Amino acid sequence: MKNLTWVGLIAIIFGTACKFNTGDKTVLPIYGNRRPVTKMVNDKPVTDTLYQTISKFKTINQYGDSISNKSLDGDIYIADFFFTTCPSICPVMHRNMLNVYNAFKSRGDIRIISYTIDPKHDSVPVLKKYADKLGVSGNTWWFLQGKKDDIYKLSESYLVRKPQEDAKQQFIHDGSFILVDKQKRIRGAYDGTDPKQVEQMIADIKTLQNEPDQIIAQ
Amino acid sequence: MKLKITGAISAVIILFIASCQSEESIEFRRYYSSGALVYQTHCQNCHGINGEGLSALIPPLTDSIYLKNNKTALACYIKLGLNRPITIKGRTFDDAMPAAELSPVEIARVLTYIGNSFGNKLNTINEQAVQADLAKCE
Repeated sequence: MKNLTWVGLIAIIFGTACKFNTGDKTVLPIYGNRRPVTKMVNDKPVTDTLYQTISKFKTINQYGDSISNKSLDGDIYIADFFFTTCPSICPVMHRNMLNVYNAFKSRGDIRIISYTIDPKHDSVPVLKKYADKLGVSGNTWWFLQGKKDDIYKLSESYLVRKPQEDAKQQFIHDGSFILVDKQKRIRGAYDGTDPKQVEQMIADIKTLQNEPDQIIAQ
Repeated sequence: MKLKITGAISAVIILFIASCQSEESIEFRRYYSSGALVYQTHCQNCHGINGEGLSALIPPLTDSIYLKNNKTALACYIKLGLNRPITIKGRTFDDAMPAAELSPVEIARVLTYIGNSFGNKLNTINEQAVQADLAKCE
């Protein structure tokens, strides 16, 4: 009988230890450079941290609507870089992204944006057709066409590998999904070709949604 | 006596069939397992780990009737790509499939893999068959 009590006690300790660990992981890291800024508030110097954020951009979505960084103000969103005729990693990425889309489309509280890195071919009608065939409708998932140089430059602020063209005129690019918070800070980067990492991203999005708006992280 | 001879003959026949089958199944297994690797490298990104395709963009590889009816054309599709609409499981797919740089034996391996996965049952498609099919590509 005494032994049993001990077993029970140990089980409780282990059980709560595990719970403590999972409960602890409620804040996602903030990626990118940061620098301190000192402002005068009420004649007193106050030091704050300035985080790296996504740069401004101007694009058009699959419906022909103008979409800029402002269109995403106050949104949690996921971004990736792709092109519609991509024979390599894009189908895997968007097969996985389709799971994310299906998980959140009815709630409408996150957005997905896919920038084409081949704007010459991927015009608005081409992007619309691609979205239709993928089974994407509404405004949860936008496929964006912008100026090629701008998009390539923009990829740097998402901390992904800058797209390149090889000798065969094939585009080489990064298969990452980037999770961006309401303040346009990068909170996660996932391999879009790996279903397990994409599952983790779905969990992280929920964590991010539950985060208080004015959080002081790290 | 007669019974013994019949017994011996049937034993030999059974043995013969059994050895034949196992040789066939060795060939099948060799093609199938190496075909799985070709599939992973050249096909899986688009057609998926379970041959499920992708929405209306990329056809699934689960239409056994289509595969059976077009068995001798499949090698050419892989070698040259496909640039015309096809109907798979009652749905039309009109996006192009790029040509794959694969040797005839690799095509045979991957066809054996696809032809006997995802609910398909085409048995072994060997190198000789692929060579013959490739000679008739349009």
